[in-house]
Amino acid sequence: MTTVASTAAGLPTGGAPHLSHLDVLESEAVHILREVAGEFENPVILFSGGKDSIVMLHLALKAFTPAPVPFALLHVDTGHNFPEVLEYRDRVVAEHGLRLHVASVQDYIDRGVLKERPDGTRNPLQTLPLTEKIQSERFDAVFGGGRRDEEKARAKERVFSLRDEFSQWDPRRQRPELWQLYNGRHAPGEHVRVFPLSNWTELDVWQYIAREDIELPGIYFAHEREVFRRSGMWLTAGEWGGPKESETVEKRLVRYRTVGDMSCTGAVDSDATTLDAVITEIAASRLTERGATRADDKMSEAAMEDRKREGYF
Amino acid sequence: MSVLSDTTVDTLCFATAGSVDDGKSTLVGRLLHDSKSVLTDQLEAVERASASRGAAVPDLALLTDGLRAEREQGITIDVAYRYFATARRRFILADTPGHVQYTRNMVTGASTAELTVILVDARNGVVEQTRRHTAIAALLRVPHVVLAVNKMDLAGYEESVFAAIAEEFTAYATGLGVPEVTAIPISALAGDNVVEPSAHMDWYGGPTVLEHLETVPVGQDPATRAARLPVQYVIRPRTAEHPDYRGYAGRIVAGTFRVGDDVTVLPSGRTTRISGIDLLGEPVDAAWPTQSVTVLLQDDVDVSRGDLIVPSTAAPPLTQDVTATVCHVADAPLTVGHRVLLKHGTRTVKAIVKDIPSRLTLDDLSSHPHPGRLVANDIGWVRLRTAEPLPLDAYEDSRRTGSFILIAPDDGTTLTAGMVGGFG
Repeated sequence: MTTVASTAAGLPTGGAPHLSHLDVLESEAVHILREVAGEFENPVILFSGGKDSIVMLHLALKAFTPAPVPFALLHVDTGHNFPEVLEYRDRVVAEHGLRLHVASVQDYIDRGVLKERPDGTRNPLQTLPLTEKIQSERFDAVFGGGRRDEEKARAKERVFSLRDEFSQWDPRRQRPELWQLYNGRHAPGEHVRVFPLSNWTELDVWQYIAREDIELPGIYFAHEREVFRRSGMWLTAGEWGGPKESETVEKRLVRYRTVGDMSCTGAVDSDATTLDAVITEIAASRLTERGATRADDKMSEAAMEDRKREGYF
Repeated sequence: MSVLSDTTVDTLCFATAGSVDDGKSTLVGRLLHDSKSVLTDQLEAVERASASRGAAVPDLALLTDGLRAEREQGITIDVAYRYFATARRRFILADTPGHVQYTRNMVTGASTAELTVILVDARNGVVEQTRRHTAIAALLRVPHVVLAVNKMDLAGYEESVFAAIAEEFTAYATGLGVPEVTAIPISALAGDNVVEPSAHMDWYGGPTVLEHLETVPVGQDPATRAARLPVQYVIRPRTAEHPDYRGYAGRIVAGTFRVGDDVTVLPSGRTTRISGIDLLGEPVDAAWPTQSVTVLLQDDVDVSRGDLIVPSTAAPPLTQDVTATVCHVADAPLTVGHRVLLKHGTRTVKAIVKDIPSRLTLDDLSSHPHPGRLVANDIGWVRLRTAEPLPLDAYEDSRRTGSFILIAPDDGTTLTAGMVGGFG
């Protein structure tokens, strides 16, 4: 516990000790996780192996301790994953005795249901496997690690966000969210996306990872990697389709600020090999994490909104 | 503020309100921009979008108007949450729309805010939307209200213009019971008195908007009130390691709970004693708002989601007859005889609308008796009968245990925001 003014034994007169900002965020996220456990039949945690979903899982472990997490995990596997992230995912699942569902983009491509895009990015292709898995498994609440500080369409997102039977988001018909009285009612076929980290910023997430000493996949820390330049970003060379003939591979010291599909997630030049160094680097950065590392968000001014409307997380 | 560590810097949740075209989004953009909370790629995106629309200078409103329809229409449709920090404080800003048809979103923003900034166009002064927003801030008991008289550059930076608006507004707000009004003359477009003091208004000696936001006292200290723990979930591992563990999980909304306290579980009224408190896995002696905890009880009493744990010496009354001030937020009206669900804390019960004694007319604060129904954005007084007794505090004593929402049983729509107690 990280209260600062005093411990429980020395409760000062006139009020409670001041909770740190991470204590407040943690307590709020736990409240949201427990509301879902109390109100829904079949919730699932979207888990990408990225830092936000890792923090969300850590919070779920704390929220129900000493009982196990009452939710399964769902990974949308683009087929273009970083191997370190898949290894991390499987290790975490085994360590905590969790159930893992996988929705595979590659399966959809192999079956001819989805078509590879000319630009090779598979991020937009995730929506169909995700929404079909939600329907077939009858998940009624789907936790996402999305934060409102990430992007201006996400800034409009409710904590409990209703999706219709086609998993669509209609930002103009969102339920007012009053006090902390979250309304999880939904008709059969509909589900609710739930965002326990809504009020966290990127810096909060990193400070919390440092405070709780949470392990992350190694790609978040500076390491030497073969990369090439495309659309102003360093992309990892690999079997997914890069580099093209006109692009040259070079070895650079880089790290990732976000984890996503390899075809559209860029690395940043960095020598930050420790948590403290990463936090110092982020605090000084003049770029948002998405601006620095996501090609797909740059496609249009409303790229995120358009994908979210269709059911993307 | 140290970037590496957990900090004790406190957080102010605040909301903006104002009529369409009063410049709310520009003010928010200016606050973010001048407090250096806008990063390079965000600013570049705004510059690109502004240029493609033929604007000569970057339109800071585009920083916050995130939806396609908002940018097309140049208005804010839905509440957006923004995060920024200065060396003195962290801020969560609910940027809420001004248009009458989106008033419910202003209610949403105000329900969790400790401060509301209400914008007025210096050329128009106090208008109907100003009164509506001030009434909502008063009813929702937002502790601090700031009047930002905007577009002072278009009013010649005249002190008399500002003084007349500030006087009219303060009289109205005080009549509604708003405890404190701070009036600030600004130009969001030019940046006067938002973050930097204005060079054009020597006659003004008060704080800038940001200075005020950084220094206004926060936290009504719910720790000093009677303790309240709505039970969210029962934790029962039933594992070899913890065969008999039975913990009641919830977030403390008021007061302090200590191990050894005599407590009562409502609505059953059974009494027992706290034998342990777990703070996310760590045993502690005491816990307070807004910690999420798990409470262990000495006796094996029946406790489930929806119950409220309170000190035996300070239990709220139980009632099935609820009198409340409400803001109706749904498109379909609320009518006498309507069967609804009522969510209070973690408990959802059936309820029926017995009577709608009056509706508030915001122009002159007069009440319109027995309107029969409330339509979207109406504020009124309602009597409800619930199927089960509820432990209710008055909203004026507790924004958490004195509030509820009404939900449509058929499609789950959130119908109405409710505050226990009459007009006051």
